[in-house]
Amino acid sequence: MDPTLKAHFDETVKSHPIVLFMKGNALFPQCGFSARALQLLQPLGPVHTVDVLADPNVRQGIKDYSNWPTIPQVYIHGKFVGGSDILMELAERGELQDLVAAGGK
Amino acid sequence: MLDAETLRRYLLDALPGSEVELNDTTGTGDHFEARVVSPAFTGKTMVEQHQLVYAPLQPWLKSGELHALALKTYSPEQWKKLGPR
Repeated sequence: MDPTLKAHFDETVKSHPIVLFMKGNALFPQCGFSARALQLLQPLGPVHTVDVLADPNVRQGIKDYSNWPTIPQVYIHGKFVGGSDILMELAERGELQDLVAAGGK
Repeated sequence: MLDAETLRRYLLDALPGSEVELNDTTGTGDHFEARVVSPAFTGKTMVEQHQLVYAPLQPWLKSGELHALALKTYSPEQWKKLGPR
């Protein structure tokens, strides 16, 4: 993939403990899965959101970067955690907060 | 279109020693639910576990023969602790 875009993603996911690539933004989610992901993450701390609808390069680029076919996508402490199904399952198991608390270790 | 038994055998070949339970959710052979308990998942994150399941199924996913797979994955240790629910 484009090295500038890759560097941009590297920088974004490392600069914030929780990063959510979503459709829309925190105030106006444009998709139910994105909205659900946001709801699960917000109680755990500040969520940095990236609206993939704002830039087609980002929308396709993040799928290549994560090697994951769908949006939303969640990164916690720089590490790709998954999409909305995985997020829900982790939340159900109580493992989502552990990931945030672990500080990437 | 796939049948659950073909898919199950395929997953068992790819992930030896696993326990695979499949449910054809629409009865049309292209939407499945799967629960996979596999020793290969030990120490892996959930996204890594899902990727291990998806990898061998790529040709079917790409061709559209397999349209959707709702996955639940557990290492044997996780399954002992969390399931069956």
